[in-house]
Amino acid sequence: MSDVLAVTDHRRGDLRDVSYEIITAGRQLADDTGGDLHLAVISGPVDNFAEKLNREGVDAIHTVSHGEEFNHDVYTQTITQLYDELAPQYILTPNSVNGLDYAPAVANELDLPVVTDTIDLSANGETLTATREMYGGKVETTNELEGDAVVTIRGAEWPTAEGTGDAAVEAFDADIDEDAIGSTVNGFEEVGGGDVDISEADVLVSVGRGIEEEDNLELIHDLADALDATVSSSRPIVDNGWLPKNRQVGQSGKVVTPDVYIAIGISGAVQHVAGMKGSDTIVAINTDPNAPIMDIADYAIHDDLFDVVPALTDQFQ
Amino acid sequence: MKILVTVKEVATVEDEFEIDGTEIADQYLGADLNEWDDYAVEEAVQLQEAGVADEVVTVTIGPEDCEQTIRQALAKGADRAVRVWDDSLEGVDLLDVNAKTEILSAVVEEEDPDLVLTGVQAGDDSFGATGVALAEEIGYQWGAVVNHLEHEFDGDTASVRRELEGGVEELTDIELPAALTIQTGINEPRYASLRGIRQAQRKELDVKSLADLGVDESAVDSDLELTDMYEPESESDVTVWEGSADETAAELGELLRDKGVAQ
Repeated sequence: MSDVLAVTDHRRGDLRDVSYEIITAGRQLADDTGGDLHLAVISGPVDNFAEKLNREGVDAIHTVSHGEEFNHDVYTQTITQLYDELAPQYILTPNSVNGLDYAPAVANELDLPVVTDTIDLSANGETLTATREMYGGKVETTNELEGDAVVTIRGAEWPTAEGTGDAAVEAFDADIDEDAIGSTVNGFEEVGGGDVDISEADVLVSVGRGIEEEDNLELIHDLADALDATVSSSRPIVDNGWLPKNRQVGQSGKVVTPDVYIAIGISGAVQHVAGMKGSDTIVAINTDPNAPIMDIADYAIHDDLFDVVPALTDQFQ
Repeated sequence: MKILVTVKEVATVEDEFEIDGTEIADQYLGADLNEWDDYAVEEAVQLQEAGVADEVVTVTIGPEDCEQTIRQALAKGADRAVRVWDDSLEGVDLLDVNAKTEILSAVVEEEDPDLVLTGVQAGDDSFGATGVALAEEIGYQWGAVVNHLEHEFDGDTASVRRELEGGVEELTDIELPAALTIQTGINEPRYASLRGIRQAQRKELDVKSLADLGVDESAVDSDLELTDMYEPESESDVTVWEGSADETAAELGELLRDKGVAQ
C-alpha cells in the first residue's frame, strides 16, 4: 500500500482547472497502489482553496500558507518536506508552466526519476506505466519505471473531480529557508491587448507554419476579408513577428470558441488545440492527413493551402 | 559574464513514417538543431553583442554526426563548443532527465558560467525538465519558460518574464548564477551568415568522454524504460472532402454559406 501526493495549481487567487483534474488522476493511481490520495495546497488563500478541493476521492489536504503567489523555492522545499513526512510512492504535479518550474527540481533534490507531460498512468506494485507523446504528438509511447517517482500530468486529459469529500484538512508546518529563495515575482501582465479580441470572434481564419513566408499571409487576410472573419494564428506565426501576440490561439495565447474555426496550415500541437477545441465547427486545410489537427476537425481538406485558399476566396469576392 | 548554452540535435520525423520496435525507422528521420535551443543560442549571442557576455560556450550530448548542428550554433556566434560522448552513450534509446542532468552538471562545474540557457524542451522527447533539474543539481537559481530577458542586468540579478498560460506573463527577478529555460519567440534567431559558417569551421569544438568529466558510466542507466511506441489512434469522425482544390473549396464554401458565415 502506497500513497500519492498531488500538488494543486492556482494563480491570482483562483484554482486552475488542472487542480481538479489532478484529483482524478491521483485517485486512479492511488486506487492502483491501494493507498491514500493526499493533496498539497501551497500559498494563496489555502483554506478557501482546500474547501473547494475537498471533493470525492481525496483523503487528506495539506495546506501551507506562505505568500500569495507561486514561488518555485517555496514549492520545492514544501514538497520535499511533505515527501519526507508522508512517504508517498508518487508525487503528481500539473505539467503547467509552474509545474515545470518546480517538479524537475523536486525530483532532483529527492533523487527520483521524473516523467513529464503524461496523458495516461497506471501502477502495478512497484511499476508505474506512463503514456506520453514524442515528436510533437506524432507518436505515443509507453514508459515504465520502478519505485518512487515525480510525474507531471497534461491538463485536460483527466476529467475534473466532482462531489463532496470528507478529507482531513491540516496545516502543514513547512520549514521554509528564506535565504534559499533566490527569485522574486514582481507582478503579472496581460499580453497583447490591441485592437482585436479573437476570443469574441464568430469566425476565425487561423494560420500556422504551413504558410511558409510572411508575404503569403496576404492570402489569409484576403480570405478573412471576403468572409468578414478575423485572422488568428498558431504560435510560430507570432514567434516570427508576423502577427501580434493578441492573435495567438493556444495554451499560452487566447482560448477561442467561434462558430467556425478554419485552421490553415496548422498541424495542431496540443498547446494549440487546448485553445480552440471548443469551437463549434472546425475545418482543417493541411497536406498532412496524419496531422493531429485532423483528430479534432469536423471537416478536412488534405491539400495544398496555396491552391485551396485562393479558390475559396474567389467564391466570396 | 560567461554563458553556457545547451544545444541538442533533435530527430525530425517525416509526415509519413513507420515504427520499428520502440523507434521510428531511420529512413523517416532527419536531424536539426532543437528549435528552442536556437532561441537560447540567439539570446546568448545578443547578450554578447550587447557587451553583457564575454564568452558564449555551447554544450551538446551527442555523437560525432551532430557536429554539423553544433557548427550551426557556432556560425551564429557562439565562441566555442563542448561535445560529450563515449561508447557508453551509444545505443541508449532514451537518455532520461537524470542522466542528462548528471552529464551537463559536470560540464557546468568545469566551465563555471554565470548564466546557463537551455531550450524549454526538446522537439523530440519533449521532457521540458532538464534545465530546472540541472539548476537544482548545481545550486543555481532558475526560471522556466522565459520569454523575455532584460539585457541590462541589475548587479547579480536577471529580470525575466515567464510565459504563463492564457496570455499572462510573470515578471520575475532571479539571482545569478542562474539557469533559464528559453521559450520560442523571445527573439528572432538569425540565419548563419556565410562568414559565420566559415569562421565556425575554425572554432574550438572540444570532445569529452564521461571519464574526462569524472562522470560514472552508470549515469546513463535510465530509470525510465521505453516499452512501446505507436501512432495515436484517431478518435476523429472527420468528413474529408476529396477532389481538386476547386472542388474541395466549393464544398467548404457551401458549408460556410450553410453556417451563415458569408453570402
